[in-house]
Amino acid sequence: MKVGIPIEISKDELRVAATPKTVKRLIKQGFEVQIQENAGLRSNYSNQEFKDAGATLVSSARTIYGQSDIVLKVQPPTSEEVIQMKEGLVLLSYLWPAQNQELLDQLVAQKVNAVAMDAIPRISRAQKMDVLSSMANIAGYRSVIEASFHFGRFLNGQITAAGKVEPAKVLVIGAGVAGLAAIGAAKSLGAIVRAFDTRMEVAEQIESMGAEFLTVDIEEDGATASGYSKVMSPEFIEAEMKLFLEQAKEVDIIITTAQIPGREAPKLILDYHVAAMKPGSIIVDLAASTGGNCVLTKNGEIFTTDNGVTILGKLDQLPTQASQLYGNNLCHLLDDMGKAENFKIDMEDAVVSRAMVTHDGRINWPPAPLPVSPQKPKPVEVEISPEKQRAIDLKSAKKKSISLFIQLGVIGAFLFFLGQFAPADFMQHFTVFVLAVFVGWQVIWNVSHSLHTPLMAVTNAISGIIIVGGLLQTTGDFSDPLTIIAFFAILVASINIVGGFLVTHRMLKMFKK
Amino acid sequence: MGIQTAAYLFACILFILSLGGLSSQESAKRGVLFGIIGMVIAVLATVLGDGVQGHIYIIIAIAIASVIGIIVARKVEMTAMPQLIAILHSFVGLAAVLVGFGSYLDPETHQLPAVEQNIHLVEVFMGVFIGAVTFTGSIIAWGKLDGKIRSKPLIYPGRHVVNISLVIISIILGVFFVKAPGTEGMIYLGIMTVIACFIGIMMVMAIGGADMPVVVSMLNSYSGWAAAAAGFMLSNDLLIVTGALVGSSGAILSIIMCKAMNRSFLSVIFGGFGSTAVGVSDVELEGEVTSINHDETADLLKEANSIVIVPGYGMAVAKAQYPIYEMVDLLRKQGKEVRFAIHPVAGRLPGHMNVLLAEANVPYDIVFEMDEINDDLPNVDVVMVIGANDVVNPGAMDDPSSPIYGMPVIKVWLSEKVIVMKRSMSVGYAGVENPLFYKNNADMLYGDAKESVNKILGFLRD
Repeated sequence: MKVGIPIEISKDELRVAATPKTVKRLIKQGFEVQIQENAGLRSNYSNQEFKDAGATLVSSARTIYGQSDIVLKVQPPTSEEVIQMKEGLVLLSYLWPAQNQELLDQLVAQKVNAVAMDAIPRISRAQKMDVLSSMANIAGYRSVIEASFHFGRFLNGQITAAGKVEPAKVLVIGAGVAGLAAIGAAKSLGAIVRAFDTRMEVAEQIESMGAEFLTVDIEEDGATASGYSKVMSPEFIEAEMKLFLEQAKEVDIIITTAQIPGREAPKLILDYHVAAMKPGSIIVDLAASTGGNCVLTKNGEIFTTDNGVTILGKLDQLPTQASQLYGNNLCHLLDDMGKAENFKIDMEDAVVSRAMVTHDGRINWPPAPLPVSPQKPKPVEVEISPEKQRAIDLKSAKKKSISLFIQLGVIGAFLFFLGQFAPADFMQHFTVFVLAVFVGWQVIWNVSHSLHTPLMAVTNAISGIIIVGGLLQTTGDFSDPLTIIAFFAILVASINIVGGFLVTHRMLKMFKK
Repeated sequence: MGIQTAAYLFACILFILSLGGLSSQESAKRGVLFGIIGMVIAVLATVLGDGVQGHIYIIIAIAIASVIGIIVARKVEMTAMPQLIAILHSFVGLAAVLVGFGSYLDPETHQLPAVEQNIHLVEVFMGVFIGAVTFTGSIIAWGKLDGKIRSKPLIYPGRHVVNISLVIISIILGVFFVKAPGTEGMIYLGIMTVIACFIGIMMVMAIGGADMPVVVSMLNSYSGWAAAAAGFMLSNDLLIVTGALVGSSGAILSIIMCKAMNRSFLSVIFGGFGSTAVGVSDVELEGEVTSINHDETADLLKEANSIVIVPGYGMAVAKAQYPIYEMVDLLRKQGKEVRFAIHPVAGRLPGHMNVLLAEANVPYDIVFEMDEINDDLPNVDVVMVIGANDVVNPGAMDDPSSPIYGMPVIKVWLSEKVIVMKRSMSVGYAGVENPLFYKNNADMLYGDAKESVNKILGFLRD
């Protein structure tokens, strides 16, 4: 099977879908690799390197599209490119299927089986093919580096002979892969980092990277099964805006990474936020290509506002690094699809069936929802509304009170039965007995745990009260067996009393603060 | 008579206040004083009341007993407290048996009307039964705690059947006893006493060492019920009230201990924990047991800021509480936070560890209960487990096949580093392997706890 890699014709695209290293990997997987001449130049890979890795150099894109079984690309193909593709070609590329209906129609017409790399579902197994994550990682890192470049100060705080330098304050909005990478980079440069996300579950990740998790007082979790966050309620957004305004006055750098798949990026930084920022502050908008998180962002441009805030709507892609990671993601996907020998489009497969947006002349988009949540199921946080909780409480209280009534009924019946037969004298003693048990029960629960041993010693001494029995039974005559028995009863009981109290006293004396 | 009743009532109030006083360390001493006053009032009111003769014998008996009691209470080591308490329980049981026999022989009680006579005889019979079980049961408990009898549970097939038949036989004997005229029922009472003694022995023999805290509290409870039963047979409210107080106190302690081990009261009593538990766990133990020496331990302690010590029965056996306190004192003076974490069933008696630490001058405000400290353990740098095993077993939380599964434990493994001081790799009383030893952050320090602590102390002083 032949894998082909054309030149990216977009002027802004510096990456390439394969590097010499991934070419070697592809060959190892059993593919024949052909690459268009100069495809790797903009990401610093020479034709010679590709040749050495085992690829065949081809002069025209037409050959690539016409002769390859599989084509690897970065940017979605233009219509001119699509027309050149042969029937049954498998295309692996960014496609943004949600925004590019026309492109999908063209691909279907051309009978191309296209895999949208940006539609790889976010499940654990597919992480190694997740180009969004691998690219976001780079973007997050780069956003801090470029912000620092435009920012007129150190990021870390220093105390030098020439005076004290305050550390820069960085706010990261959206703690996905890019956001977390940005936190890590900013933190390691010494900045004070804060981060905001609508998904409560990422608070821990944010804190683990060393940033402070900012949150609003409204309880609403933006987490969804897809791993992206959902659109929040108006109240939440209002509170969020207020928080951002406070932060905008304070921070030096804002990095926004909030993107919702298939939609325009949410507008998080409004004009008054920008106006509130100090001159010299930086906004890096990683969502610039989907409309930007900041209303003032110009996609592909870097400009400074009237009040001196620089807004970055484009980032260097680190093409050498990015091509390598992107190429690896593609290799992993091809690996999963059976390599050259057993290459197969398996529409039963959870990953392929969702990312393969056109197949066999049909559009396969939008994909079926994921059956399971990619996150670990939260530890049974069944949402119980206060009313429901009250109802449950009420129910269990009812149950408890019913069983209490039954118990009381049984006890009452027993006492009634006892009263029928027992003489009054016994009943009187029995009353005393039961009440004493209750008193003891109430008193003992208060005893401190650390005093349980003294408690036992003291109860031991007190239970020596049985001496009273012996005392009542002694007669003046020691030859009477009753007196002898009583004598011994008094003896052992007294040992208990004296020994018990003394030893308790000894123990308690030791307890000190 | 009225004055005597009033004195008894006053004594009852004092006893209740005495027990109530134990709710905190500050009021505990006052509580003991109340108890002593109550007891003196009760005894004086009885002796000075009507119908008591033979004062000379009473004085002799009390004098002898006082001497014995004082000697014993002075001499006993704090580590031997469980034994002392067990043997004191047996005295109450014995006294209850004696009072029961005395009451049966007392000619006055045979002049009662028929119904009351029958009730009285039932009371005597029950009182003697409970007393006898308490008596022998406590002696066996004493023997086991003192190491005179092996602490492994003695179990034979069909013992439940035997025990139940013995109880049924006792009931039948009781029927004969009540029907017998005059004092002719003596023979039935005697046979029943022997049977009850046997039941008491077998009951405690079947219980393993780790369950001793429950047994001792249970016997504590029995001794109370025995006193209450004596109160019924003598129609004496003071005895009834006091017995009931002690009985419920022991019952509560038993419940607390059972909860702390996540076991039902019945399963402890019908016992055989130690032997049935030597099962092989389903969970393969991963990792390696690593050991550490005293020198390295001292270094770890020097670097740590927050230290928690988890003592167990091993500390009591080695009498290591004194050097431990010295070590703690030294570390505290260096500004480190040192705390003790006590599991409710550590040791052989409820609250045993607290008493031992108090003996060694450890201030009680750095001694914490399991629940108070468990959540804080992830912030702790070093945990030293001294002679404890089952109470720090992670298997109780995550290995459903473990016999102690579900028992609350001190989660020492959440801390940065765990040092386990132990004599060998042998299993604890519950007979269960401890996966803690195999954890990466746990190291073993073999040797006698006291010697080890002394050695560490030496290195710390360098």
